[in-house]
Amino acid sequence: MTKTIRYIDAISSVLRQELERDDDVFILGEDVSYGGPFGATAGLSASFGPTRVIDTPISEGAVMGLAVGAALSGRRPIVEVMFADFVTLAMDQLVNHAAKIRYMTDGQLSVPMTIRVQGGVGGGFGAQHSQSLEAWFLHVPGLKVVAPSSVKDAAGLLVAAIRDDDPVVYLEHRGLYWTKGLGASDETPTPIGTAAVVRSGSDVTVVAVSRMVGVAVSAAEKLAEDDIDVEVLDLRSVAPIDWATIDESVRRTRRLVVVHEAVVTGGLGAELVAGVHATAFEALISPAVRVGAPSTPVPASPFLECLYAPDTDDVIAAVLETLHER
Amino acid sequence: MVVTAPAQSGPEDLEMMWRIRAFEEKASELFARGKISGLLHLAIGQEATAVGVCGALQPTDRVFSGHRPHGHAIAKGAETGRLFAELAGRRTGYCGGKGGSMHLAAPEVGFVTATGIVAGNLPLALGAALSSKCRGESDVAVAFFGDGAAQTGLFHECLNLASLWQLPVVLVCENNGFAEFSPLSAHTVVERLADHADTYGIPTETIDGNDLTVVRPAAAAAIDRARNGGGPSFLECLTHRLRGHYEGDPTLKRGAAARDEAKDPIQRFTRFLHDAARSAELEGIEVRVRAEVEQAAEEALAAPWPERDDLLTNVVAQP
Repeated sequence: MTKTIRYIDAISSVLRQELERDDDVFILGEDVSYGGPFGATAGLSASFGPTRVIDTPISEGAVMGLAVGAALSGRRPIVEVMFADFVTLAMDQLVNHAAKIRYMTDGQLSVPMTIRVQGGVGGGFGAQHSQSLEAWFLHVPGLKVVAPSSVKDAAGLLVAAIRDDDPVVYLEHRGLYWTKGLGASDETPTPIGTAAVVRSGSDVTVVAVSRMVGVAVSAAEKLAEDDIDVEVLDLRSVAPIDWATIDESVRRTRRLVVVHEAVVTGGLGAELVAGVHATAFEALISPAVRVGAPSTPVPASPFLECLYAPDTDDVIAAVLETLHER
Repeated sequence: MVVTAPAQSGPEDLEMMWRIRAFEEKASELFARGKISGLLHLAIGQEATAVGVCGALQPTDRVFSGHRPHGHAIAKGAETGRLFAELAGRRTGYCGGKGGSMHLAAPEVGFVTATGIVAGNLPLALGAALSSKCRGESDVAVAFFGDGAAQTGLFHECLNLASLWQLPVVLVCENNGFAEFSPLSAHTVVERLADHADTYGIPTETIDGNDLTVVRPAAAAAIDRARNGGGPSFLECLTHRLRGHYEGDPTLKRGAAARDEAKDPIQRFTRFLHDAARSAELEGIEVRVRAEVEQAAEEALAAPWPERDDLLTNVVAQP
């Protein structure tokens, strides 16, 4: 049985379900007992109390490390990072501790924790409250990274993250919080490391992540009016990447566009294109095209912010570029 | 039943201090001979803090150490053979050779892990303490760190949190007066690092960290406080590192020149036991422990390297 709910409600609902299911699960973050700025944890404190839904001071480094220490003690903490930009304050604990401890101890220890990170553009929040940092996390061995674009995966990937025995960075785009979709009433995990074909097509493969999946689908619908048949893959899992699904699609369409909101330089798109070149170069009949933000900080002005983030027209232009005769 | 930490110390503690000293002297020798590599930070001269604190802990209490961790691991019960093997990068090491000196872990004896990031272990210890507290368990967490850690932001975040949440954690500052190569005075105007903890309302004690008979009861009181719901404590142990920052560093000679028998915790505790008319119990301890450590080192160096496939294992959970 399914019903239409919002992306943020899917997150809330899974948090509640997992707190009920497993006594080792607890939430840690700034203002979480108040629901946080967007309401993801609203009502949980009343149900589970202050030992399961724990408000923290503005001490991102210590809180991230504290969650690592609790995870090493057999708990399953969920850390909420209010804005992705603030994770920079906790990178030592995330990168040097959470991600490495399993390897450094050769599997004697594991760090089963979920890091909920809210980010992305929208609302003119400016350069320090709007970044998409998935490529930073992708670069760190030992971290798993997921970025749901749909309501269903917002739930399914969060279930999977919480139950995973490794640190999982769960990237939430605030521009998706109020989007609606069908949510499963029993939250079943979406396997980490699997992409989804959200629109089948035969001419060009567009691999998109997070909010850009919707943008890519809009572009595909417009292109369909001109008989251009675009396949859209929702990457869902940034680390590990589902190479098999991408490979299969690209071998059929022979053209590739990758779309993310983060800056193009050194981004996820570069990794995706390089990976496809390594395994399916001979299948490509035109150069792969990356779509992302320019190499600037995120501007605050709504006018500039709109220019900054890739939109439907950018994706259409990229698809057409792959179709140009060379 | 809540256990009370032992406040007394005896010949078994002297033996443990000799085990640490022998281990580190042997490690230094092996490093000089090129038998082990890496960054080797020795705590020769600081054995009384490790033994004083760890000897007052229960097996299930959790210790988190820093970049100078050998003594803490040994005092918590780690085997010297598996530690040598780890330092030597061998498959039989605690971490299969993947951790090395600064990232030792022997969780089976409550030495959870060490970290090479100064102050990086403080929040880990707090997390273990939070876990104990929220579950209603009686386990205590301990973080060992040096005076250099007190100048990090994380240190202050952690003092605040430990106090705010009254966590069952003992913060043990081994103040040896030097952060890396520099004297503490070059890094801060705060002379008494315990003052920081005082600011956050944490009970503090600044003690002679080279006197086991002082460290042990102070540690026992702090551990009992944590175990009985009294919250965190901060122990500033004034100590004296007899070696440089790491083996082979340019200040090694300063450590040697500053070598002062009067500050050596092993000599001091030996005199204490003689004065307590326990000389008969001390006979042969050093010789026996050195032989045991020699044997452990020999076996570790004869152990195999990791397998080639080990390079890629345990990055994430095996499916």
